[in-house]
Amino acid sequence: MTTNGAMKTVLQTENLNKVYRLGGLFNRVRINALDDVNLNIQSDEPIIVSVVGESGSGKTTLAKVILRLINPSSGKAIVSDQLVAGPGVKPVKEAFLRTVQPIFQNPFEAFSSYRPVDLYLLETATRVNQMSQADAESAIDEALTSVGLTYADVRGKYPNQFSGGELQRISVARALIPRPSIIIADEPVSMIDASLRMNIINLFLTLKQDYKTSFLYITHDLATAYYVSDYIAVMYRGTIVEYGPAKSILTDPQHPYTQLLLDSIPAIGRKWQRQPIKLSDIESKEFQMTGCRFHNRCPIAEEKCTHERPPAIKKADGREVYCHFA
Amino acid sequence: MKMNNRLRIGLTILAIFVFGSLILPFFNEVDPTKHGTYPKNMSISAEHLLGTTSLGQDTFWFLVYAIRNSLMLGVTVSIFTTFIAGSVGLLSGYIGGWTDRAIMTLTDSVIAIPLFPILIVLATLVRGNTSFWTVGIILVIFGWAWGARTVRSMALSLREREFISMAKFSGSTTPEIVFKEVFPYVYAYMVVSFINAILWVINTEAGLAVIGLSKVEIPTLGSIIFWALSYNALFTGQYTWIIAPVVATVLLFLGLFLTSTGYNELFAARRGHA
Amino acid sequence: MIKLNNLVAKYTTVRGQVTAVEGVNLEIPDGTIVGIAGESGCGKSTLMKVIYGDLAYPLELAEGGIQYGFPDASGAEVTSKTIQKEWFRRISYIPQSSMSSLNPVIRIRKQFVDFLDAGTNEAEVLAGIREYVQKLDLPPEAIDAYPHELSGGMRQRIMVAMATFFQPAIILADEPTTALDVVVQKGILMLLLDLQEEMQNTILFVSHDMGVHYQITHKMLIMYAAKVVEFGDSETIFAKPLHPYTKMLTESLPTIGDDHLRQGVSGRPPSLWDDLKGCRFADRCPLATELCKHEEPAFIEYRLGHFAACHYAGDNV
Repeated sequence: MTTNGAMKTVLQTENLNKVYRLGGLFNRVRINALDDVNLNIQSDEPIIVSVVGESGSGKTTLAKVILRLINPSSGKAIVSDQLVAGPGVKPVKEAFLRTVQPIFQNPFEAFSSYRPVDLYLLETATRVNQMSQADAESAIDEALTSVGLTYADVRGKYPNQFSGGELQRISVARALIPRPSIIIADEPVSMIDASLRMNIINLFLTLKQDYKTSFLYITHDLATAYYVSDYIAVMYRGTIVEYGPAKSILTDPQHPYTQLLLDSIPAIGRKWQRQPIKLSDIESKEFQMTGCRFHNRCPIAEEKCTHERPPAIKKADGREVYCHFA
Repeated sequence: MKMNNRLRIGLTILAIFVFGSLILPFFNEVDPTKHGTYPKNMSISAEHLLGTTSLGQDTFWFLVYAIRNSLMLGVTVSIFTTFIAGSVGLLSGYIGGWTDRAIMTLTDSVIAIPLFPILIVLATLVRGNTSFWTVGIILVIFGWAWGARTVRSMALSLREREFISMAKFSGSTTPEIVFKEVFPYVYAYMVVSFINAILWVINTEAGLAVIGLSKVEIPTLGSIIFWALSYNALFTGQYTWIIAPVVATVLLFLGLFLTSTGYNELFAARRGHA
Repeated sequence: MIKLNNLVAKYTTVRGQVTAVEGVNLEIPDGTIVGIAGESGCGKSTLMKVIYGDLAYPLELAEGGIQYGFPDASGAEVTSKTIQKEWFRRISYIPQSSMSSLNPVIRIRKQFVDFLDAGTNEAEVLAGIREYVQKLDLPPEAIDAYPHELSGGMRQRIMVAMATFFQPAIILADEPTTALDVVVQKGILMLLLDLQEEMQNTILFVSHDMGVHYQITHKMLIMYAAKVVEFGDSETIFAKPLHPYTKMLTESLPTIGDDHLRQGVSGRPPSLWDDLKGCRFADRCPLATELCKHEEPAFIEYRLGHFAACHYAGDNV
């Protein structure tokens, strides 16, 4: 493993909060989509970090805050040494676009049906990288090759002429053109057939190697997260419950929620044990809970858990577990 | 351009109307609006293709000029209203926030103003001295608001779609995004809106003519119908006088409609659809 | 026993007719949970619609028929033409998205009784339903709510309740848990298993998630490009698959704790509009030879109850 030089902040959030207020004048409900999220991921070489959770966990909100598609209510976020979110933060557009690039969940929505897909690639090269037409074309060619496609495959064609997997690869190619230090992939394979997902996931590993790009992989699929990540953050109702080296956390989960998640995966080779599960309550009620957000479903919860937020307990293998009984 | 049948038929109809109404007048020396030029209420003959009106005008030539004037007014006004509605709606919907609220308040006010009462007031002030183009301006002022609101709601929903974020991350600026990404989705609506506006203009102009806010001496499709109705054309057996403009309006609409849907189909085919 | 006899289903489109299911010939024993797997467009949802009898234009059952194994009210055997009358009573359907099947402006309890015959005592049935949903871990008040007031998981449980209330002999579930979180999914699947153990009905379960199939199915059906390529006991299919596509499907996803390299299935299925000759999987198959490109493999019973359509069935990939 070669070092790239100095330690870089891959992703850091400080007391990141995002509150939505729903309902009318009399019936206001507060949804803490992100509730005091603190992360500090430093590395001197490219890494893949997964943020996993079910719906309502806040993982997509986190991605949107990092991509500056929404503003946090408070707190700040730093990506690749760049301050991207916080009070009054407004990074220079070009610098931001050359550092952070996205891949979205729905490959068919990622492109306008009225424009040929290669135009997006061309625009990225000419505007973000400020390349000339000729340079742009070779940059596009290179990017497409690295995802297994050629410029000829793609030139002048509209989104409906491709499959979901191909479109997603084109998205990856486009994201690569500015040579970003980190690509934020928001559920990039959940809308692709299960048997075809590895085609994209394996790409992340190759690109990390060849282009030295880090990835933030947002997903609800723990198996692909296991396969591809160096670090993993497990989220539940806007809070981080466990964070650390991916392989250790997923083979030896210490937070009761992580354990529940892992137990619920339909894995081939290991049949489920038939045991009752406590289902979650009405979402809005859960978002307004005090103390640990998981206490109403937790097998080891005690009185303390209902009013005191668990601190991050550091463990020997470098992980953090947000539980009073870690 | 590989055309489909709809487009062919639509364009043919339109061509007949447009060229007919623009070119034919050169072959005519008689002022079609002058009363008493010919014997009244004559039926169809070689000399008078559609007979004559109760005012002694040649129906056919009156119709030709009427089509020309209606088309000119309709197209001009529609170009303006569609352009204003499109720009206002797109920018307001995409930019959002206070800009959007301010513009929409203005738009809603225009929509809420009842057209005819205002015009009646104007009519009493003006007393039949408006020029044709004043009518056009009035129609533009009242005609853009509804379309703007529709385009704005389309822009508002399009703003949330992922390809807009994709365009942002590709380095596009806001105006570029509005016109290259959002506009194509709104375009189809605007074409239909344009066609409907032309018809709205023709009809409203006729209505204005009735209350004396338009010069009914100027032949338009609306004014023919107005005169024919005033003279009870149906009851007096003057069928060509009343039916010809109606048929003309229907055919004109058909031509416009076929052209727009035909063009839509063509465009979809070019984008790689089946 | 459900007998599928040479089913051929076609869709009529502006481009002509396309065959979405071609020549399905199977016997499904009663009381089994059969998983149907395959890529998008392989025909699995169409097959479900045909079995359910939801044959509305542009879908038509061009050839073949189904014997459901039970008689209708008049004593005659039920076939695909008469199965519609048995909807909700003897055969039911759990769709993928509950929100597209539940009317958002009508309370759930009314939707439950919508399909009852006139004259049935509504109050009695509703009381029965309230009791029943508690078995499914739902509060009895849930049926008084509007669909949007419940979470996705609760709504899907309602769909399961509707589909099982009359204890039908056959339940068809089309990706019922695909849109749900993994914890909620496990709950619903366990529920289906419990109900099936009790009622001993047949469940046909479509999913693209092989893990789900491993957990709950007794038998599996693998489809590819409108054809069935393998059918047999789930355990054998996972342990010793006969068809190379099945093997690729089961190995295309990583497992936690397992570090070896995985590959997604490469390429695309053939377009059903093309003139397809030979084995449809030949383009993407590592075992394919000239024979495969010209001659379509027959669907043969290689082992007891285990069928496959491959010239090299069982050979190592």
